[in-house]
This record gives sequence, structure tokens and C-alpha cells, in this order.
Amino acid sequence: MKTKEIQGKMPQVEKTPVTRRLQDKLNYDELSNCMRCGFCLPACPTYRETGREASSPRGRIALMKAAVDGHLQNGKQLEDQLNQCLGCRACEPACPAGVKYGELLEQARDALEDHARHKVWVRVLRRFFFHFLFPHPKRLRWLGRLLIIYQKTGLQWLLRKLGFLKLLPSYLREMEAVMPAAASKGVAEQLGNFIPAQGKKKGTVGLFRGCVMDVLFTETNINTVTLLSEAGFDVVIPPQQTCCGALHAHSGEREMARSLARQNIQAFKQREVDYIVSNAGGCGALLQEYEHLLEDECEAKEARWFSERVKDISELLLDHGPVEKWGTLEARITYQASCHLQNVMQVKEQPRQLLRQIKGATYVELFEADRCCGSAGIYNLTQPEMSARILDEKMKHVRATKADILVTSNPGCLLQMKAGIQRAGLSDHMKAIHVVDLLAEVRQKGESRY
Amino acid sequence: MRRITGEIRAKLIEAAGVSAYFDDEESLLSHSYDATPMLQAMPEAVIYAQSTNQVSAVLKICHQYEIPVYTRGAASNLCGGTVPVHGGVVLVTTRMNRLLEIDEENLTATFETGLTTKALHQAVEAKGLFYPPDPGSMLVSTLGGNIAQCAGGLRGLKYGTTKDYVIGLTAVLPNGEVIHTGGKLMKDVAGYDLTKLLVGSEGTLAVITEATVKLLPKPQATSVMLAYFDDMYAAARTVSKIIAARIIPSTLEFMDHGTILVVEDYAKIGLPTDMKAILLIGQDGHPAVVEEDMEKMRAICMEEAREIKVAKDMREAEELMTARRSALSALARLKPTTILEDATVPRSQIATMVEKIAEIGAKYNVRICTFGHAGDGNLHPTCMTDARDQDEIERVEEAFEEIFAAALELGGTITGEHGVGIVKAPFLEWKVGPAGIEVMKGIKRAFDPKNILNPGKMFAGQTRKRVVINR
Repeated sequence: MKTKEIQGKMPQVEKTPVTRRLQDKLNYDELSNCMRCGFCLPACPTYRETGREASSPRGRIALMKAAVDGHLQNGKQLEDQLNQCLGCRACEPACPAGVKYGELLEQARDALEDHARHKVWVRVLRRFFFHFLFPHPKRLRWLGRLLIIYQKTGLQWLLRKLGFLKLLPSYLREMEAVMPAAASKGVAEQLGNFIPAQGKKKGTVGLFRGCVMDVLFTETNINTVTLLSEAGFDVVIPPQQTCCGALHAHSGEREMARSLARQNIQAFKQREVDYIVSNAGGCGALLQEYEHLLEDECEAKEARWFSERVKDISELLLDHGPVEKWGTLEARITYQASCHLQNVMQVKEQPRQLLRQIKGATYVELFEADRCCGSAGIYNLTQPEMSARILDEKMKHVRATKADILVTSNPGCLLQMKAGIQRAGLSDHMKAIHVVDLLAEVRQKGESRY
Repeated sequence: MRRITGEIRAKLIEAAGVSAYFDDEESLLSHSYDATPMLQAMPEAVIYAQSTNQVSAVLKICHQYEIPVYTRGAASNLCGGTVPVHGGVVLVTTRMNRLLEIDEENLTATFETGLTTKALHQAVEAKGLFYPPDPGSMLVSTLGGNIAQCAGGLRGLKYGTTKDYVIGLTAVLPNGEVIHTGGKLMKDVAGYDLTKLLVGSEGTLAVITEATVKLLPKPQATSVMLAYFDDMYAAARTVSKIIAARIIPSTLEFMDHGTILVVEDYAKIGLPTDMKAILLIGQDGHPAVVEEDMEKMRAICMEEAREIKVAKDMREAEELMTARRSALSALARLKPTTILEDATVPRSQIATMVEKIAEIGAKYNVRICTFGHAGDGNLHPTCMTDARDQDEIERVEEAFEEIFAAALELGGTITGEHGVGIVKAPFLEWKVGPAGIEVMKGIKRAFDPKNILNPGKMFAGQTRKRVVINR
């Protein structure tokens, strides 16, 4: 009765190559699972910024479904909406029906990628990062060396002094300003591929060192190894591992992501590890989803073996870290969650609990700490305007915490927070740091005391 | 109905502003639905309202040219109330979301109606005050939507529903005239009560742009417990006994056997799956009264319940509440399409109604679980189905038709808090009778002679014949 009354009000349009590709790639069951209750709306950062239904998860799913059902003529707007999505996946925990939005987003982006009409500079950036750089640790290392030359020879100082950087768009300038010092040697080159447990051995951990992480945040990787070893784990760093593929998967390059996943699974499969530990929420989340990324393939079993072992560093440290031996830190600390760490890996409380355990420190909860900071992989480069709006909102709440230290658990978020602190003029009062680095600092203080 | 021509479009853009008027494909598609399954229709334009004056300007044009106007908040309603079935303009209120005033001397709050219900709760609770209506969708639903549909919620039994709190409105009539009804007055009998008339009018009489509601002091203490029953009638008798003992609990929620199975399977919170019914019972108010009432209710439950769990503190209370809150999530995950219905009976008839629903579900071979507000008789028989299975959907629709008939036979109604919209329109006459329908249509004509506001809703082209289908 009611269904028949309404039908015919929806336009039926000719299928285009784009809508056909969407039809092939999108999981129709998952699209149907969205019951349009709207519970995802308040969770979505771009909905809150724009107030537009089409910029919400419910709206985006409706557009995807309309494309598949033949109600949508023009794929361009859908593409724009998908590009505008941060992929923070805050909508997933909010969804009563458990719709796997992240999966739909990846499938849709994958389908649209072939028809993508990126701006030239976006295309160049994508090719450079996704294909040329991230999958190749050696090239990354070389880039790191170039960065060191830039940073250490005075070239950076000179360019800044001469005002050359003012030629860059403001968001790139902000990122340049907070770029950490690159390291010429990665964690394995500095510590070796096997670091034994201190004291009684509790198990073996494989370190997922990441790609950019190991060049720009080598110190964090080293601290991760040290903390794990102190906590009683043998740490192995399989040399054949590569980039996790998260940025690829999120940007519609699923084939590339699959191939990277296979390489990582093989790298770790050769070692008898109890856990595979990541210190970057964005990477860890995709590592945990390898099982689903490769679900149609014969490697599914191995992928499951891999995914089941993936843990965030904070989980292991909370359960096994010798917190009681750590030193004190008189500071006011707050925490910005990594979206993928909390929404996909479901790691919410562990980093907070670790911070609360630091003696002498006052932990203060950041309002809407669970809301995306706007970094979102390379989103802050591809969608600078929306990213900046979200960041400015975030920094208002950060300022209100009056914290001395802003802790994050993902490198992208860390850079974004550093840029945000500078942008908000808070550099004199506050620093941003990775949770692992803060704990390592606390630990060293402890050592000097004992 | 007229279409939006180039000339009308230009006038609407002038009235609304370029940044508020959309008629691109993406905007139209994303305003073609609400939270009601299987209903969708394309509007011709979407306008994001900014102010009462602007709504007035838009309505004047739509009235002149007889363009349909569908007012929409967060579109979380479950009766098709905001689906633009005749095209025209979808008027979105979410940008009108300012909390204008919390008056601590008069205990009232005044706001623009695009404000979300949760935001009002947070703001008034921060001042030690309390706005009781708490529909399940309050995180997202707008107060305008709550008012238009007269939303209820878990606290309806003790505190009443939206209509018991709205005391003043600013509304724009279909011809663009602005009216103000009521005010910050606890007593006001000047003329017909237009405030009450507009509450629950489902966007068919006027566009409500501002509202004043009364507030209560925030209860000092709350406490909850769960009682498990291995017989539905035992649970229902317990509800009656609690009411008969002159206790009005703040929460008296119910889950049937089917819901228990699904919730436990999903949430793994240790619910006993061999039980036929669970009651979630809560009280709020002065700590001494809460303690006394909870003790009395515990004693009443002990007479027939298999087991009782009382929360020791707020954290445990939250855990118990999770069971009830998980119901929708758990049911929604089972099958692609979830049809959450809203039949209501006098509370003495709950057990009979729940049994009836189970029988009807079995008869039509469709899976229906029931949970809801036992205290006020508002049940949510919820069907897990798949919109793509046309044969099953037809059986579902027949089953629900029979469920509504059963509710009416028990002295109940076809909807307790979701509204009539499109979904219940064919059944409205069953409840209010032909004379009732005529009075309602007369009111509609008085407000909206050209029938431009939310046309196609509330009044069906044809009333369903009230015969029980036997297959």
C-alpha cells in the first residue's frame, strides 16, 4: 500500500559509467542496513560544520544508494561529498544498526577513483605519495636525508628568514613550521631487528614501524621499543614490512592497499609474534582490518592471524608497563583521541588511564576529545578549508583546558595539533606530544631519581 | 499542486537568500526521506530557514503560488511525516537553533525550534533544571520536530509528554502571518488553546519557529532496578500493582522474550534468555522518597519476579539502562529493514496486547519483537524484515494493520508518540471516527485553506477497511 503510493516520485535516470561502477563495487546489503534514523548526524564533523544533510553519513549513504538505484544522474556531487568526508568513522559507534560506513566509503571511493577528476596538483601529490614514496622505505629514507639537509644546513632558516615560505599556501606553511626533525636512520638501523625483553619475558611483540612514522618520528618508534622491552617483551622488527596502506585504502586505491597488506602479513608471519603493535592509530586500524580488506582472497586465514594480533601500544603498556617505577611530572595534561584508534580499534580509555597514572600530573579531559581534529591522513592538504574550520573549533576547546601538554596517539593528529597550537598562538603555553614520547620522558625522569 | 517555475524560483531565492536555497540534485535527494522505512519522494527545492521573518516571506510566496511546503528538522521521525510526497519545498529548520533564554525566575526556556532536544537538556540541567520529554532520538531530533509530533519518551509515565511542557509558541501560518500563542504563563484560558492544538499537528497547520517550555527542578536522586519474569502476565500484574500502590515511577520499561533474546545475543550483558519479560524500573526525586519507593517496588516485584537486580550506584544504574537502550540497536542489526511501530493500550492491557502481537506475528510469519513503555502502555512492536522482499513486506503491512485493530479493540490507539504522518493515515478514522475526521479537516481548512502545509499527511485519500484479513 504505502510503498506503491510513493513510488514514481523518485526519478529513474539512465545509468552512467560511474553509477555502474558504484553498482559493482558497493555492498548493497550494507547500503540497505542504513535505516536513516539520523543518529549519526551529531557525530559527523562535516555535518556540524555545514549543517547540510548531504554532508552527513546518512546523506552520503543516501546518495550512494541513489546512484546504485538509478535515482542519481550526476556523480560529481557524490564525489565531492565523499572527498569532503574525513573518514574519521565517528558515525560507526553512533549507528544503532551497525552500518559499516568506512567500508562503504572505501568502496565508493574505489569506484569513483577511475573517473576522478582531481585537480592537477592533487593528482601529482597522490601519485608521488601513494605509489612512489610510501611503499618504498628506502626512498622515504632518502627523502628524510633531503629533509635533514634542508633542516640542518640552514636552508630552512634562510628560507624562513627571507620570507620565501610566505609563497606557500597558509596550510602548507603551517605544516612546514611544525615539521619534526627527520632522522637519517630508522628504528631498526639504530636498535637492530631484535631487542630482548628486560627482566622476565612476557611474550614477543612485532613492531609495526610505519613508513613516514619511521622517518619523521623515529624517536617515537625507539621509545616504543624501549618501553615494550622494559615491560617484558622481546621486540622484533621484521625488515620486509612496508607502509600499512591506510592512506591508499581511504583514497580509493584498494588494490595498492591489498598488495601492501600482503607484504606486511608475510613479513610478520615469518616470526612467532604474540602481538603486532602499532603506535599510530590510523595505521593500527587498517592493520586490524586486513582481514576484511582481503576477505575475498585465499589469504583470508593469514590475514585473520595478522589482524587478531594487532594492538595499540597503549593497550600493552597499560596491562604490562611498569608504571610504578616511572617518575613524576608536574604538569596539566590533556588528550586528543585518534579517530581510528577509538572508532575502529575501540581503544578509548587506555591512553587516558596511562596519563592519569603519571604521578604529579593533573589530567584534564578535553571537551569533545573524541571529535576529529581535521588531520585525517592527507585531508588537511586536499581539503584545507574544511580542515582549518574543524581545527579552529578544536583549538578553542584545547585552549579552555589550560593544559601544558596536549597528548595524541597518531602522527597525523600530532602534526595537526602542533600546527593548531601555533595557529592559535598557544606555543608559549603548551606543547603537543605523542603519548609514547611523554611516557618515555616520564620514565627517564624516574630512572634519574632511582 | 503547482510546480516551481523559474519565476517562483527567483522569488523564493530572493526571500530565502542565495546561501539558503538549494535545488541541486544532491540536496533534493538528501531531503527525499526521513527515518521511516520504504518512503521516499523528491522535493523541488530545499530551503534552510534562518528566522521567523524569512519563513514568513517564503510561505507568502508558496501560498500565493500554491507550492507545497514540508517542514523538516532532523528528519528522525518514523511516520513519514517529513517526506515531501507532493514535491515542492522542504523547509529545513536546523539552522534556527539558538537557545534564546533560560528564565530561572519563571522556570521556562525559550528557543528556536531547530535546537536539538539533547542540547536543551544539557543547557537546563547545567542550571539545576529539568526538561522531562526524552524521546529516544533526542540526541539528534529537533525540539520543533518533538513539538510537531508531540514526542514522548521514557519519562512519559511520571512527567507526561511534550504537550505537557509547551506553553508558548511563535508560528507562521500558511499565508505568512505570524502568530504568538500562550507565553510564560502557567494559567491562560484566553480563547481556544492554539498552543495545544499546534503541538502534535505534524506540520500541517503552521510552521513553528520558536517555543517556550516550562521547566522543573532537576530531581536530586535517581535509582533503577531490573526485574525478570518467567511469565508475561506476572510482569504485567506487577506493573498494575505498582500503579495501584500509588507509586508513579520515573521509568517503567518493558522488554518481551524476543527482544531479550536479541539484546542478549548482541550486547552480551548477561540477560537471562529463558525469561519471558523484563521490567526496568526507576524512580527519581528526593533521595528519601526514591529510597522508599524503590523499596516498596522491590517488595512488589518480589511477589512474582524470578530475580531482581538493584543498581548500587549511578554507574551500575547506567549499566542496567543499557539493556533497554540496546533494544533498538540489537533489533536493527538483525535484518536490513527495521519497522519500529507505536501501538498503545491502556496499561492494564499490556500483557494481552503483547500476547496478541506475538500471535499476529506468528500468523503472518513475520518476526516482531516488542519493547516499550509499560508504565504508560506505549508499546513498540518492532519488525525485522527486508524491504527488498516484497512478499514479506506485504505480510508485514497486513500484520501491523491487525495489530492496530487489536490495540483499538483493547481501548488503545494507533500511535502513542510517533504521530500519524503517512503511515497511520489510513487508520486515523478507526481511532477518531468519521465525525472526528471531519472536525480535524475543518481545523485544517481554517488554518490552511489551500492545503500547502505538509499535504498528503494525516488524512488519507482512503481509510483502510477495518476487516481482519484471514489467509
